[in-house]
Amino acid sequence: MTNLARIKISYFLMITALIVVGFLQSWNVALTIFNLCVISSIMTLGINIQWGNAGIVNFGVMGFAALGGLANIIISMPPTSNAWNVGGEMIIIGLMIFTLSVFFSIILFKKSNLNNRVKYIISFISIISGYFIMRFLVDVPIEKIEAIEPAKTGYLGGFNLPVLLSWPVGGLLAAFSAFIIGKISLGLRSDYLAIATLGISEIIIYFLKNEDWLSRGVKNVNGLPRPVPYEIELQSKEWVLKVSDYLDIPITELSSIIVKLSYSILFILVLLIILFLLEIAVKSPWGRMMRAIRDNEVSANAMGKNIKQRHLQVFIIGSTIVGLAGAMLTTLDGQFTPVSYQPLRYTFLIWIMVIVGGSGNNFGSIIGGFLIWFFWVQSEPLGLWFISQITTYISDTNIIKSHLLENAAHIRLMFMGLILLITLRFAPKGLIPEVKR
Amino acid sequence: MYLLSGEKITCGYGSVDIVSECSIGVNKGNISSVVGPNGAGKSTAMKALFGLLPLKKGKVILNGEDVTNLPPQKRVLKGMGFVPQTNNIFPSLTVKENLEMGAFIEQNDLNKMLEYVYELFPVLKDKKSQDAGELSGGQRQQVAVGRALMTKPKVLMLDEPSAGVSPIIMEGLFTKIREIADQGTAILMVEQNAKQALKISDLGFVLSQGKNLFTDSGNSLLANKEVRQAFLGG
Amino acid sequence: MDYLNGITLILNYIFIPGLTYGSQLALGALGITIVYSVLRFSNFAHGEFMSFGAMSSILLSWLFMSFEINIHPLPTAIMVLPIAVLLTITYCLIVDRLVFKFYRQQNSKSVINLIVSIGVMFFTGGLIRFIVGPGDRNFFDGERFFLKARTFKNITGLNEGLTLKTTQGVTILLSVFLVIVLFWFLNKTKTGKSMRAYSDNKELALLSGINPEKVVLITWIITGILACVAGTLYGLDKSYKPFTYLHLVLPIFSAAIVGGVGNPIGAIIGGFVIAFSELIITFAYKKIFFYFLPAYLVPEGLLQILSTDYKIAISFVILVIVLLIKPTGIYKGKIL
Repeated sequence: MTNLARIKISYFLMITALIVVGFLQSWNVALTIFNLCVISSIMTLGINIQWGNAGIVNFGVMGFAALGGLANIIISMPPTSNAWNVGGEMIIIGLMIFTLSVFFSIILFKKSNLNNRVKYIISFISIISGYFIMRFLVDVPIEKIEAIEPAKTGYLGGFNLPVLLSWPVGGLLAAFSAFIIGKISLGLRSDYLAIATLGISEIIIYFLKNEDWLSRGVKNVNGLPRPVPYEIELQSKEWVLKVSDYLDIPITELSSIIVKLSYSILFILVLLIILFLLEIAVKSPWGRMMRAIRDNEVSANAMGKNIKQRHLQVFIIGSTIVGLAGAMLTTLDGQFTPVSYQPLRYTFLIWIMVIVGGSGNNFGSIIGGFLIWFFWVQSEPLGLWFISQITTYISDTNIIKSHLLENAAHIRLMFMGLILLITLRFAPKGLIPEVKR
Repeated sequence: MYLLSGEKITCGYGSVDIVSECSIGVNKGNISSVVGPNGAGKSTAMKALFGLLPLKKGKVILNGEDVTNLPPQKRVLKGMGFVPQTNNIFPSLTVKENLEMGAFIEQNDLNKMLEYVYELFPVLKDKKSQDAGELSGGQRQQVAVGRALMTKPKVLMLDEPSAGVSPIIMEGLFTKIREIADQGTAILMVEQNAKQALKISDLGFVLSQGKNLFTDSGNSLLANKEVRQAFLGG
Repeated sequence: MDYLNGITLILNYIFIPGLTYGSQLALGALGITIVYSVLRFSNFAHGEFMSFGAMSSILLSWLFMSFEINIHPLPTAIMVLPIAVLLTITYCLIVDRLVFKFYRQQNSKSVINLIVSIGVMFFTGGLIRFIVGPGDRNFFDGERFFLKARTFKNITGLNEGLTLKTTQGVTILLSVFLVIVLFWFLNKTKTGKSMRAYSDNKELALLSGINPEKVVLITWIITGILACVAGTLYGLDKSYKPFTYLHLVLPIFSAAIVGGVGNPIGAIIGGFVIAFSELIITFAYKKIFFYFLPAYLVPEGLLQILSTDYKIAISFVILVIVLLIKPTGIYKGKIL
């Protein structure tokens, strides 16, 4: 089967499946799934450009997505009154001093000719003293900021700008941290890189979970502004009432469908733009060089290609896309919850999407994102249905039956593992294989 | 009738034949050297004889028995030993453990064989508890040969034993190889240093582009004008 | 007297917990290191294998508890450990036959094996949650303490108490025993040596007649033992929840890499480095200063270098630092 036929058939089946959900369950459910499918596809595209084209294993998806989410707070929330008066600047200054002490050590290591022991001692002293100066500067302001109405605010707040701006800013935040992470870890070989990026993403999450002055930590930031109208507003609009009458759909349901549809339109727009740009990049000489490096690092190196620089570029590009998608996700949720960032859901699930869709093929990534998210959501009811089918003839009071039914939801983890293993075994190139150019 | 022989063997990687219709052999207690220019297919022929590379045509006969289709491990049991050119020791195992691994299959006279190898290479006895990876090039080569000797092979095959070893050490190594042969083990080796190899050899095979060019006793080949000019640098 | 109180404080809050947690990490890291050095891939499913072992111990403990068969004052879990180990080994071997063997025969790249192990991780995680559910499971029974704080105070007359929980004692003793047996096996037995030889130089090992499938079999058996014991001990000590084992993978990887991947001694050292760093960095030193300094010199505040919330993050920070400065780890391991 040609790739084009594969794309046509799989996309058609996917859309059909969503429509079936619309008819059988509800259009609200179908649209909820669809919106998250689109976001998943965008994250998958970001990882695919790194893995499929350059062979870089980035297990830091979770961290970049969370940074995108953080952008929502910084951009769209109103600043907390007084927070800046009790020493908000001190925190920024403290952080900068610590960062400088770290940078000083890095530059010392790279540029100076001192012997190694001296370097270790100086940089150790520099980082330790930088750390304690920071603590000295920030401890009191942090305490004060977190004391401002802790139940409602207790954090710095944001800049009160339109929330849509947080999408590109989320991408930029991710890009900036990808630059630093890439600088320090891209020299590592694949397994190390995977573990290092996973570790760094955990550090990011720990930071967001515990630094209440920035993200309210585990108290979450709720009520993020929306780029689309609220249901209540819609319900009083005349045209909505008319459509509701005409289609014979309850007004509450219709308003929520309209809200979700508006999100869908925004998301699809972003997806198409990114897909368009990535396709250009992949077909360009830059993309060809990337694959040449992936396929044979030694000879590419011999040809004088600057592999580290190329890898850094592609690492930043992919992570930016993930950060953007992370920002979109938080906007859709309307809240930022650091605890919800789990490697299973954010890092490893996205990787399953990349592998199943087809490493190195952008259209594959999109269908991978759609398909896996669809099953991730639907395998819970499917598992329940399956278990209740096979236990039909067991009496309802049986302990084993009730235990099975209670835990049926966890079949989805098994199911995801099986999908990944079966793909790797029988179709290692994925649903839509890479095009040989 | 050779103890070990490859008869008209053809082999190579993919569709390219690196060795074609080539015949090599060694007698009991003798040394046979395979020499020739770079890329002549010497090492490939050696690998094929040991079963590390499948044959496209030809046969491998050991002691009158056709072993063409046996995997390398089985050939070890039949009495063949092989020392690869590179990566021929276990670097993080001690010298003694390296030797023990050589006798992994046949551990009945482990101590007797250890004594034999230590006698042959006394330096290994001194360093028996040291990691093999910490030894010098010449000592590593001794460990490698010692490891292969542990199964009491009838035929010992050496792929460029002198690679990466200084000339003085090489001379000592060749003396030891001659010693091993004189004690009854047939030795088949591939060598880059053709002159020195032929000096201690009973039989020499000159290969070029995967074919037999000359086959004669070591001394006759050294005396052969054509061979000297073409392959031994005059 | 004050100094003794201070020392007791350190023993009680840093030394004993560090030894316990370090042993658990070391056993886990050993499992990862052994799979890496023989099979050449980073096994992300190891945390779930540990979880599987702990789950087996829990189910068996419940079974024996219901028959009131126990070895009081020790927890029942220790009694059923051998059976749980057998179950875990069986599971590892089944997974190897059905999944990893294929990629071994294909000679797949290590990164492909890594992704495969993620598939195994998902499946195993789901299987475990399906069997015991996602909730917290406490399966500790028996005497809670080897040494109670009150007893210690009575004997010594100090202000500070020293406690040794049964789980801590059992963890430390069992780990020491297991490590001794493992090193004896690797260094003194023919099979152990052949494993090391195989991990050193696969081709030469084949030439020497070492049977690769046997080496792989032994590797999974050792992995199963280590995973089951480590998982059970961790669950006994901290209570069992399937979710936590996914998060345990990273500190364990940190331990293995910090020590030097592929080096068993390194894995043990790495485990203790991680465990003690976590405790030392998040310990509140106020009380120590109180005992060691005259009253007017004792500073205010808790004197914590980093808040306890960051405990686990410390292992990742150490990992990143080690990867930057010395990717081969403290003991020279194999470079991934």
